[in-house]
Amino acid sequence: MNTFKRDASSLVIVLAAAAVLLASAVTGGAASVPASTLSPPKTGEIKPGPDGFIRRWLVLEPIAATGLTDSIVQAAVRKSPVVNEPSAIPRDGEKVNVESAQLTWHALDTSNYNLNLFHFARSLDKNTSNVLFWAVTVIQVPREIRDVRLAIGSNAASVWWVNGQEMIGIYGDRQTVIDDGVSKRLTLKKGSNVIRAAVVNGGGATDFCARILDSNDKPLTDIVVNLRP
Amino acid sequence: MRHALLAVIWGSASLLLALDGDVGIHDPSTIVVAGGKFYTYGTGGTSLVSGDGWMWRKGTALPLRQLAPDVIHIGDRFYLYTAANSGQTKADVSMIWTRSLDPGSPDYKWSAPVVVASSDGIEDANAIDPGILLDPTDGRLWMTYGSYFGYIRLVEMDPKTGKRLHPNEVPRNIAINSEASVMIYRDGWYYLLVTHGSCCRGADSGYNIRVGRSKKVTGPFVDNIGVDMIQGGGKLFVGSGARVIGPGHFGLLDLGNAVQKFSLHYEADLDRGGASVLDIRPLLWKDGWPVAGENAKEGTYQIESMRTGTVLELAVEGVPVGGRRTGRGGGRGAAGAEGGRGGLFAGTGDVIPPQDPAVISTAWPKGNLDTRMGNYMSQVQQKWTITPVAGSGGYPGSPYFKITIAGTDRTLAATAEGELVVVSAFNALPEQLWRLDQLADGSWRIMPKAGPNSKEPLSLSAVGSSFATLARFDPASEKQRWILKVP
Repeated sequence: MNTFKRDASSLVIVLAAAAVLLASAVTGGAASVPASTLSPPKTGEIKPGPDGFIRRWLVLEPIAATGLTDSIVQAAVRKSPVVNEPSAIPRDGEKVNVESAQLTWHALDTSNYNLNLFHFARSLDKNTSNVLFWAVTVIQVPREIRDVRLAIGSNAASVWWVNGQEMIGIYGDRQTVIDDGVSKRLTLKKGSNVIRAAVVNGGGATDFCARILDSNDKPLTDIVVNLRP
Repeated sequence: MRHALLAVIWGSASLLLALDGDVGIHDPSTIVVAGGKFYTYGTGGTSLVSGDGWMWRKGTALPLRQLAPDVIHIGDRFYLYTAANSGQTKADVSMIWTRSLDPGSPDYKWSAPVVVASSDGIEDANAIDPGILLDPTDGRLWMTYGSYFGYIRLVEMDPKTGKRLHPNEVPRNIAINSEASVMIYRDGWYYLLVTHGSCCRGADSGYNIRVGRSKKVTGPFVDNIGVDMIQGGGKLFVGSGARVIGPGHFGLLDLGNAVQKFSLHYEADLDRGGASVLDIRPLLWKDGWPVAGENAKEGTYQIESMRTGTVLELAVEGVPVGGRRTGRGGGRGAAGAEGGRGGLFAGTGDVIPPQDPAVISTAWPKGNLDTRMGNYMSQVQQKWTITPVAGSGGYPGSPYFKITIAGTDRTLAATAEGELVVVSAFNALPEQLWRLDQLADGSWRIMPKAGPNSKEPLSLSAVGSSFATLARFDPASEKQRWILKVP
């Protein structure tokens, strides 16, 4: 039972000692900790490993968002100022005005199969709970490939688009499980293909992973990941 | 079998009965699939034929109207073995063969009978009830035979001719006090299935199928508690149950792709006036022993992926059973509560009723909806009703089913793209008809009768924890294996 994750508001009432820990864990204000699994890209492009996971992303600093149900997450995504157009690829360091805040896009390579959003936000002294993260990447495909699937895992709810078309929505409080959300069959066009994600976290850890599965459900590795349209 | 020939006529069968159509038979042979049709032969030279394994009709009678045939397809020949008594235990097993089982074919021509085994009326054997095994490990052909008066016997046959390979060789005794013997092979074991008990007494028949196994085709065949079948051993494989009495005459029906079924007859189907009828059921395996499975039954189930543990659901926003939690518990009398005010884990203190589909579904969008998978939470969109569909055909052992969200008309269907969709109402299209085959481990393979553009059979497949699709069945994977649980 992970009540820290599940029902934070009630625990504050029931367990005073835990509430102290909880408060420091789910809000900004703690001293920033370097994101040990994340680093700025040092090369122009990278390829997925044998497991196919995409390890380079542009991630926007978190936006406040509360709620993980289908309708609440969809509403949060719809009202977001992030332009969900295939050609709208932000630049590293680009600023976005969200309500009263100015948020920055960060280009990141992850050393793990997943991208740890908790590490990301904590390293910037940003909230990690009740937040929405936007992430986008571009994969370069050598030829048109039919009948592939986008396969993702996320903590917690997330919505995913490929070339501007919504392909996956998974909702509720959940942990990142490899190939949790898998899209219907789709076609990757030759050249640039844009994958965009919105990940909404309630409390606790937050991260995501993504890869492309071929028509035999095997990871697609014959691609190059960069952040250029 | 004991000298019985049942002639039974009944009307159209209910979908709840074993198979459909004209299924009256006694001592059915192993079912043979040829030219897209299913054939079986019974005592008296009777035959049944089916185009799909579900709807059966009377076929053309054999030239030998004898007892309890068995049939096997080797090369371009169908060898059929059948027997006749000329005294209480004086009997001959005869073999006939043909190149086609289709009476409309020019190759449908049975050979003259050749006696391949006999009992002289004195020895401890009764040479009837032949059963044939083509050993998949070495291509040798074996025949068992016998009925109660003495031993079940084993002789080797010539797969090129269907005759005895060594006519003068003394048969081996491998079991006793049984009949309807047949061997099958699986994973290094030879299994001898026989029928115990009495036949031919309708609902008073004690027929039941038992099994022993051996590492060698020649035995000894020993049951699960170590008793040799030649001393009367035999693990119960299937006995009477529900509305069917006296199962006997096992026959393996291997459909490929690790889908195995078995044929049998019941001495008495109580829903058909106690008639002897054919049935086909799933063949399961557990701890190295065959287990008689059950065909899919109408009911409401959660459809759980063996691979992911998540269940198939309609892709709509779920409503927690009892309503969404907004406070801090508030039940009465719960542990940890103060003054009966409840607490975090106290619940409401009252029984929470199941969700009403008529109420919950009013919030769902109209028209076609996607499916997805999630943790089972006892919510309406996670409960599926499986209902047999009359007049839409079937497959060995079962009719096709429709699969709907319980309490609604929302119907699971296959799309032209090989994906899943839930349509607003059932209209009997092939993509809305589903085949449910129980697999060896007890899980289910679930397949649409046909997709709008499908070029090959597809199965419900858990491609991710939260998403199902349709994909080619892979017997080595758990992706296409589903567990049906009663919610």
